[in-house]
Amino acid sequence: MPLTIYDLMKEKGSYLPGSAACPGCGATLAFRIASRVLGPNTVYVVPASCFSVIQSPFPKSAVGAPLYNIAFPAAAATASGVWRAFKTLNKEVNVVVWAGDGGTVDIGLQALSGAAERGENIIYVCYDNEAYMNTGIQRSGATPPYALTKTTPTGKREPSKDMPLIVAAHRVPYVATASVGYPFDLAKKFEKAKRIKGFKYIHIFSPCPPGWDYPVEKTAEIGKLAVDTYFWPLYEIENGKLKITLKPRRKPLKEFIRLQGRFRKMSDEEIAELEKMVVERWKFLEHLEKSERIF
Amino acid sequence: MSSVEGDIIIPVSKPSPGSAGDTGLWRVFKPVVHEDRCIKCWLCWLYCPEEVISEGENGFPEINYSYCKGCGVCADVCPKDAIEMVPD
Ligand code: SF4
Ligand code: SF4
Ligand code: SF4
Repeated sequence: MPLTIYDLMKEKGSYLPGSAACPGCGATLAFRIASRVLGPNTVYVVPASCFSVIQSPFPKSAVGAPLYNIAFPAAAATASGVWRAFKTLNKEVNVVVWAGDGGTVDIGLQALSGAAERGENIIYVCYDNEAYMNTGIQRSGATPPYALTKTTPTGKREPSKDMPLIVAAHRVPYVATASVGYPFDLAKKFEKAKRIKGFKYIHIFSPCPPGWDYPVEKTAEIGKLAVDTYFWPLYEIENGKLKITLKPRRKPLKEFIRLQGRFRKMSDEEIAELEKMVVERWKFLEHLEKSERIF
Repeated sequence: MSSVEGDIIIPVSKPSPGSAGDTGLWRVFKPVVHEDRCIKCWLCWLYCPEEVISEGENGFPEINYSYCKGCGVCADVCPKDAIEMVPD
């Protein structure tokens, strides 16, 4: 079914304006679009993250849907329990974890892996701003190499964890990557995840102006450039079969890197090195796409 | 044997716009729509992180300035340069 801007406009989203999010926040943009597709019959579970602060300053909340705030490591376990409670009551409800990268790839990984292995019928969303932003920009397992954070003042040296493929290796029915730069691709993936039974995982590239140190109006542009330079490939893995959902003509990685202060210490050689990694990874994904099943 | 006394308090926040106050006050620049240039593609609506753009009575984008944070994403994505960021 083709999805148009009008389809999204007529849906009621769950994000209420005037939240505590920074201007230009990619995470709220992702939530606005995703919540339109998920609809009102949805319960959210949010572990400690920027999004806890964004939606929950007492006594008002910026999310017009039932939402449970929970400790850092517990989101997937809590969502499992919420889903099972609804099941006992014979109610069909979308149970959605909305977690940051710290709460997903580091602190929440154990509960996430358990829920994926048990096949809990939930949608686990990681909005990835590639560091612990809420606590003042510390590196996470999702921080890319060379990025400056408060705990990597000379640039991170290690590559980031490949979380979508790690989750896919649990042989769950649906895994996808998305970017706020391509909202229709993002919306379609949520539409699909909503229809599939079992554990679903969506990993969203969510630019963060203060954490990545770029001009605040560039959030959408950086979300697009990440995909167009192959830094953040858009793909989905449905029942083990991988498909790249957008194949843009590749732009030089420099266009993406030089917009962001977090990469300001990178030399041209280092950019070339990262570009090589990025292109190799794209080729690896193309190779995986040719297989009948990768998991 | 002792027992727990007193009320059990469950903190619940109620959904409401402006949960962080009138965030329009954060603005340094204000987006202004030039309707003569607008082609109603609604990309500004799609990419506004704050959900403050809607279809106004005259069919053009209308911005809720009480909460618009002035990020300028709308102006950046507008293909017709129909949104101007002016000092607020
Ligand atoms: S720090 Fe980044 S992710 Fe967190 S609210 Fe601000 S812009 Fe959004
Ligand atoms: S993006 Fe520009 S042209 Fe499109 S609807 Fe908004 S103001 Fe009009
Ligand atoms: S300046 Fe930012 S918050 Fe205000 S309307 Fe434009 S995109 Fe939305």
